[in-house]
Amino acid sequence: MNAVVPLSALLDARQVWRGRAPEVPVGDQPTGWRALDAMLPAGGWPEASLSEILLPVDGVGELRLVLPTLARLTQGQRNVVIVSPPYAPCVAGWRQQGLDMRRVEIVDAGEKDVLWATEQCLRSGSCAAVLAWPHHADDRALRRLQVAAVTGQALAFVFRDRSHLSNASPAALRLELEAPPRPQIWVRKCRGGAVPAQAIPLPRVVH
Amino acid sequence: MLWACITLPSLALDGILRRRPTDDPLVLIDGPVNARTIVSANDAARAAGLHVGQRLSAAQALLSHFEAIPYDRESVARWLRFLAAVAYRYSSEVSLLPHAIVLEVSKSMGLFGPWPRLESMLRADFTDLGFRHRMAAAPTAHAAHVLTTVSDGQAVLSIDTLRNALQRVPIAKSRLPANAIAALPSMGIRTLGQVLALPRDGLRRRFGAELLASLDRLTGDLPSGLELYRPPDTFDLRIELLHEVENQSALIFPVRRMVDDLAAYLAGRDGGVQRFLLRLEHREGRFTDVSVGLLASERDGALLFEFARGRLEHVTLPEPVLALRLIARDLPAFVPAGRDLFDERPANALPIEQLRERLRARLGDGAVYRLGSTQDPRPERAQREATHDEVPIEPHPRPTWLLQRPIPLRGGNPIILAGPERVETGWWDGGEVCRDYYVIETSLGQEAWAFCAPDEQTGWMIHGWFA
Repeated sequence: MNAVVPLSALLDARQVWRGRAPEVPVGDQPTGWRALDAMLPAGGWPEASLSEILLPVDGVGELRLVLPTLARLTQGQRNVVIVSPPYAPCVAGWRQQGLDMRRVEIVDAGEKDVLWATEQCLRSGSCAAVLAWPHHADDRALRRLQVAAVTGQALAFVFRDRSHLSNASPAALRLELEAPPRPQIWVRKCRGGAVPAQAIPLPRVVH
Repeated sequence: MLWACITLPSLALDGILRRRPTDDPLVLIDGPVNARTIVSANDAARAAGLHVGQRLSAAQALLSHFEAIPYDRESVARWLRFLAAVAYRYSSEVSLLPHAIVLEVSKSMGLFGPWPRLESMLRADFTDLGFRHRMAAAPTAHAAHVLTTVSDGQAVLSIDTLRNALQRVPIAKSRLPANAIAALPSMGIRTLGQVLALPRDGLRRRFGAELLASLDRLTGDLPSGLELYRPPDTFDLRIELLHEVENQSALIFPVRRMVDDLAAYLAGRDGGVQRFLLRLEHREGRFTDVSVGLLASERDGALLFEFARGRLEHVTLPEPVLALRLIARDLPAFVPAGRDLFDERPANALPIEQLRERLRARLGDGAVYRLGSTQDPRPERAQREATHDEVPIEPHPRPTWLLQRPIPLRGGNPIILAGPERVETGWWDGGEVCRDYYVIETSLGQEAWAFCAPDEQTGWMIHGWFA
């Protein structure tokens, strides 16, 4: 044993197998909620994909979920488009959450034009994130949005009623929000990972 | 100095053909009513045997169906000015000659590249606009003009070779004064080279100083003395349709041409357009206006056309359209959107400004907006469209959804999480409010922003949700 072989040479020759856990593809879009990031396979929102958020009723914490992401994007000089929101965004409240409102475009689209406008924004490639509240969206419409999100490399968020949970969806991520008194988030579908068994409590607004 | 000359031999005909969707025979006619003659004919008409100089009656005997349009002298001057505005993109020294445009290009070559490349750019522009042309370059404007009458594409780049190039130009095409052109061939002088070799004193005695001045301008011994063209500050283009149009879809083709012309004009003056008007003219001076307004100035032809078409599709035509007019007065400077060199966006990304225009064209002018804070403490007036004053961030809690109109709270007594914050103002403008705002948790567990009368804590009205 007088020939000393350096370890690196063995590794370079791929003669030694190193046991290592498969790498989780780490995304670049953290949600801003550490507990949620830890649970999602990409460590955050699935990039350039459609995320569906299912709600029992408007105003139960859906904005709390996405505003940290929007704040990060707008501060990075990226544009965010809100398509036909159910209520007017409160500028003072959004600014308190760190958003740069000069980067937030609000689009008032009629019932028939919501999906069209959302798809145009996603496809344009100039929006980092598009939030939409479609009234009627079937599987085909959502698939179009998913394709548009890939084309334009944008985050798409679609907010829908919880009753759509039983229908299959082409979204890469489906989250369900549970209303108070026990506000929590259920991951119902996530591409590239197992669906977690427990819910995450949705933190309250800190005053 | 290097002058480029673009000669446009059939301006009036090209001006009509470029917005005509068919290739059927067409001639332009001129002259007194009883002796109309053909002054210009398109390819189909020539193939059928019609030719320039033919009597209209003779042509009608040859071909049963063709279109005959009176020759419009005014349109020639109008198209020439329009094309000068297009050429203005390449040089600040542009002048008009009869049926020709000359431009000084020696200074432009630093930007656009050597003459062959500049020539191909100019040719591409004129071909795209649908105008046949001949082109030449020479050290003097008049020499370039003369060279285009002899051949197409000749380039004489230095003053030393200019005399050589002019040697063999026949007198008939030399654009010298008319009396000289008539008299010189009968003296046995047939080319410009022979004229230039003649003693100047003799020429002056016989033809006057005018001929010598023309020759000197040709060789560059005298400055060209041309008046410089200045592009107009407004764009106003009117075309008459060949038929009465009752259907919008038939307007799309001419509108596309007009908008392309507008884009070419804007590129020439390095500007953009913010608002333009499409006027659809009906019979007896009635008209329908279609206004196209943009958020920021634009100059891309395809984009402008898309917006114009979007507006046009919403218009119902009350009666047939005879003519179209495009008027653009609001022509601000065009500032191209800045792009980051290391931009990570997809290469074919549509800029956000153009996205907004596309949405506005379909959803309406007020459908796309941004919100900003105002100084007013009343929640109803604390935000407004597109105001971006540097208002400090509100220290008191504010919700994320704001209700347009407060709604009464139903159910049991709420739990007060924060408050009160008294808002008492507006007594001066009739919108007086006096309220105590609280953050409350409703009996259903939702967090709401609600107010009640001062010091009362009953009769809650919800004004927003902490979503």
